[in-house]
Amino acid sequence: MSASLKQDPHSPDPRDRGGPAQPLLIVDNLRKHFPVRGGLLNRQVATVQAVDDVSFSVRKGETLGIVGESGCGKSTTARLLMRLMEPDAGSVIFDGDPVGDRRGISVSDMRRQMQMVFQDSYTSLNPRMTMAESIAYAPRMHGLGRREAYDRAEDLLSRVGLNPRQYARRYPHELSGGQRQRVNIARALALEPRLVILDEAVAALDKSVEAQVLNLLTDLKQSLNLTYLFISHDLNVVEYMSDRVMVMYLGRVVEAGPVESIYRRPRHPYTRALFASKPTLDPDRRTTEMPLTGDPPNPINPPSGCRFRTRCAFAQPRCAETLPPLAAPFDGDTDGTHVVACHIPEAQSAMAVHHG
Amino acid sequence: MLLFAIRRLIQAIPILLGVSLVVFGLVHIVPGNPIDMLLPPEASPEIIAQMKAAFGFDKPLYMQYLLWLLRAVQGDFGLSVFNATPVWGQLSAALQNTFVLAILGAALGFSMGILCGMVSALYHGRWPDKVFSAIATVGVSLPHYWCAIVLVLFCAVLHDWMPAQGMGDDSLPLYDRLQYLVLPVITLSLIPMGVIGRLVRATVLDIVGQDFVGALSAKGLTRWPVIRHIARNAAPPVLALMGLQFGYLLGGSILVETVFNWPGSGNLLNLAIFRRDIPVLQATILVLATFFVMLNLLVDIAQAAIDPRIRR
Amino acid sequence: MSDIAMGTPLVSRPDAPAAPAPGYWKSVGQRLLTDKTTIAVTLVLLGILFITLGAPLVTHYDPYHGSVLGRLKPIGTPGHWLGTDETGRDLWTRLCYGGRLSLLAAIMPVTISLIVGGFLGILAGYAGGIVGTLIMRTMDVFYAFPSILLAIAICGLLGNGLSNSIIALAVVFIPPMVRVSETVTTQSRNLDFVEAARASGTTTPQIIRYHVLANVLGPILVYATSLISVSIILSAGLSFLGLGVTPPQAEWGLMLNSLRQAIYVQPYVAALPGLMIFATSMCFNLMSDGFRSAMDVRLNK
Repeated sequence: MSASLKQDPHSPDPRDRGGPAQPLLIVDNLRKHFPVRGGLLNRQVATVQAVDDVSFSVRKGETLGIVGESGCGKSTTARLLMRLMEPDAGSVIFDGDPVGDRRGISVSDMRRQMQMVFQDSYTSLNPRMTMAESIAYAPRMHGLGRREAYDRAEDLLSRVGLNPRQYARRYPHELSGGQRQRVNIARALALEPRLVILDEAVAALDKSVEAQVLNLLTDLKQSLNLTYLFISHDLNVVEYMSDRVMVMYLGRVVEAGPVESIYRRPRHPYTRALFASKPTLDPDRRTTEMPLTGDPPNPINPPSGCRFRTRCAFAQPRCAETLPPLAAPFDGDTDGTHVVACHIPEAQSAMAVHHG
Repeated sequence: MLLFAIRRLIQAIPILLGVSLVVFGLVHIVPGNPIDMLLPPEASPEIIAQMKAAFGFDKPLYMQYLLWLLRAVQGDFGLSVFNATPVWGQLSAALQNTFVLAILGAALGFSMGILCGMVSALYHGRWPDKVFSAIATVGVSLPHYWCAIVLVLFCAVLHDWMPAQGMGDDSLPLYDRLQYLVLPVITLSLIPMGVIGRLVRATVLDIVGQDFVGALSAKGLTRWPVIRHIARNAAPPVLALMGLQFGYLLGGSILVETVFNWPGSGNLLNLAIFRRDIPVLQATILVLATFFVMLNLLVDIAQAAIDPRIRR
Repeated sequence: MSDIAMGTPLVSRPDAPAAPAPGYWKSVGQRLLTDKTTIAVTLVLLGILFITLGAPLVTHYDPYHGSVLGRLKPIGTPGHWLGTDETGRDLWTRLCYGGRLSLLAAIMPVTISLIVGGFLGILAGYAGGIVGTLIMRTMDVFYAFPSILLAIAICGLLGNGLSNSIIALAVVFIPPMVRVSETVTTQSRNLDFVEAARASGTTTPQIIRYHVLANVLGPILVYATSLISVSIILSAGLSFLGLGVTPPQAEWGLMLNSLRQAIYVQPYVAALPGLMIFATSMCFNLMSDGFRSAMDVRLNK
C-alpha cells in the first residue's frame, strides 16, 4: 500500500461515479434559520435567516466563487455543506448521491471527498500538535498506519511548499500565518478530497503572501484534479480564482453566472453596487454607480419580498410583495447560464457600470 | 443598566432557593433524627413525640421545608434546640462581631494586596516585584489559623503586647477594647492579601501591555491619568475577586475566631455543631450563604456599572 | 485504505525522513527539567513524602506512646531534637507519621473531585444544551457557599472522622473543578481545529481523545495541583476544629490544636505542625505554577 497521493490528472478517478457531465455538487433549497433568544425568560423572539433557500451546483473541475458582504451566509453555507451544522431543510447531492440519505452517501463518506480550509490559520490548528501530526491525524483516524500517515504528511508538506525536514516537527505558534495556511491546505488534502471548500482562506494574509497561496491553490487544483468552492468577500481574488461566481445577499443568492459575464455585465443592482465599492487602479474602470451606503439590514428581520429593496434605487411596490426568483436576465443576451433574482428590467439594464 | 440589575436579581432567586434546599437537605441526609440526638436514649416515646411536634419534626419533609423556608424569609429561625432562646437573637449578635472583624480585615487586606500588586506591576521584573511576588505566594499558601497562633506566640506569649483571647469587656475603655481587634484583624487580612496582590499584578501588566496605554502615554498624558485609566480597566476583575474573598473571610473566620475565642458567627457555628443545635446551624449557614450570594450580585452590578461590556 | 492511497509519489521524499514528532507531554517534561524552582519544590515534596511514608526509617519512637515525665520538652532536647508534645511523645516522630493522614486527607478529596468534577465538566462543556445547563446551575448553588463554611457544615453534620472530612472537602472542590473543566472544554470545543477534525470525518470519541482531552487535561491537572495546596490547609483546618481526624491519631491540624493549649509552656514546639502544613501547601502551589508555565506552549520558543 502506498501512502502517496494520486498524481496523474488524466487517469480516471475510480470514485468518479457520475461521469464528467454529472455535477460534483448539487445544492437544492438549503436553509438554516437560527433562533434568537432574549428577554427575561429567554424565549425565542426572532429568527436569523442565515441561509434561505440557496440552490446551486458545482461542476467537476471548476471553481465556484461565492461573494457577498460579511453576514450574508457564505460561511454558514460552507458549514452546512460540511454538515458541521444540520440544515433545517434542503438537500445536497454529491456526485449523484444524496448526502445523508439511505440510498446515497453517508456524511462521513462525503467528508472524505469534501474538505474545508478555515479562515483563521492559527485556531484551526491544534496548538498541541506538530504540523506533521495535524496533517497525519485524519488519515490515521481513518485507519492508515502511523508510518504511512507521516510519510503522507511529509509528502503533502513539500507539495504545499514547506520543507518537511524543517517544518514537520514545528508547532503552530512557530510558523507565520502564510506557512500555517499552507499547512491547513495540506491537512485538507490529506484525505485526498475531490472538492475543497476555501472559506475566506486567504482573507487574513498579507497581500504578497496571499498571491503566493492563491498560486499554490491553482497549481494544486491542476495537479490533483480538484474542484474548489471559493468563498471570499474580495472581488478581485474571486475574479482571479473562479470560473463561475455566485453573489449572496442576506442569506439568498441574488445573481450567479460565469465570471466573465458577471464581471463584464452585472445585472443585479446589489452586484453592481458591490463592484462599485471595489477599489480599482484602472481609470477606465472607475464607475459612476452609487456605492453601497449603510449596513445591510438586520438579518433578524429581513425585508419582505426582495431583500435588497430597502437599499435599491429601483425598488417598486412589487419588490416588497413577491420574492424575485432566480431567472435569466430580461435582456437575455447570455447563453442561459447567467441568472439573476430581480423583478425590474430597468434595474437590470441600468446604465453600464463602467465607463469606456 | 436597570434591566441588567433586575435580570441578575431574578437569576439569583433560583440560586437562593437551591441554597436553602441544600442547607435544609444537609441536615436530613445525616442518619438519625435531631431529636434523638438531643434526648437521652431512655426517654419515653411520648416525650419524643412531644418534642418532635414542638419543633415540627413530625410533619412530612417537604412541609417541614416549606414551613422552615417561609419562617426563615421573615427572619424567624425558630428556637435553639440547646437553650430554647430565639436563634435570630444569638445569630445577629454573633454576626455583628464577625462583620467587625471581616470588614476591618478586608479593608486592610484589600488595600495591602492592591498596593503590593500595583508596586509589583510598576516595577515589573525588578526587585520590588520579586519581593512582593514572593510575599503573595507565601500569603496564598499560609494556613491562617496557624498564622493566628504564630501571632499570638509573638505578641502575647513572648512579648506582652496584645491580648490574645476574646473581645474584651464592655466596661473597658475603647482604646483597650480596640487592642483585642489587632491580632484577629491582621490574621484575617492575610487571607485575601496574596490572592488580590497576584490578580492586581497580572491584570495591571495585562493592561499596560495593551496598546491604548501606550497611546495615552504617547498623547503626553502625565503619569496620574494613565494610572487612573489602568485602575478603571483593572477594577472589574479585582472587584469580582474582592467579593468572593469577602465571602471567604466571613466563612473562614470560623477558624480564626476559634483561635482568638472571638464570639462571632464562626464560633456560634462551631458550638452549634458540637451541641447538635440544628436550628442554629441551619440559620447560620443560610444567612452567611445568602449574604454571599447578595454580595456577588452587588459585585456583578458594580462591575457592569464600571465596564459597559459586561452588560449583555 | 486503498481508497485514499493511490498512485506513485511525484515529490521525492527528503533523504532523511523526519521521525514522528516528539509528543506534547515529552516537550513539557523537557521544559520542566530546566525550571529550577519546580525541581527544588518537587524535591522538597519528595522529601516530605519520604519522611511520612518511610517514617519508621527516620525515627525509632512510637508515635502513640510517650513518657508523661518527659512531656513538653523544648526543641533541642537530647533524644528529642524537636521536643515532645503534651503527653511526652516525640514530636519529630509525630510529625513524620502525622503527614500520612494529612497528605491522605488533602489529596483524596482533590482526586475524587478531579474524577467526578472533570467528568461532569467535560460532559457539560462538550454536550452543552440541557445537560450542560443542568450541571452548571446545580454547581452554581454550591458555589453560593463560601468553601470553608460548606466543608465545616458537611463535616460537622456527618460527624468527625477521616472519611467524612474527605467527603466534605470533595463536595467543596467538585463545583470549581466542574467550572474549570467546563470552561476549557467549551473553549476548545468551539475552536476551529475541533471543527476541522469533525470535518475530516473523525468520530466524537476520537475528537475528544485527541483534540479536547489533550487541551483540557493540562489546565485541569494544573488546577488540581493548586487545589491540593488549598486542600492541605482546609483538611488540617477541619481537624484543627476537631471535625476531622480524631485523637490519638497523628495529624498536623490536630497536633496544632492540641499543642496550642500548651503555647505558654512551649511556644516554639506549638508552631511546628503548622509549619509543615504551610511548607507542603506552598510547595504544591509553586509546583502548580511550574506546571502551568511548562504546559503553555506559546510561552516558550
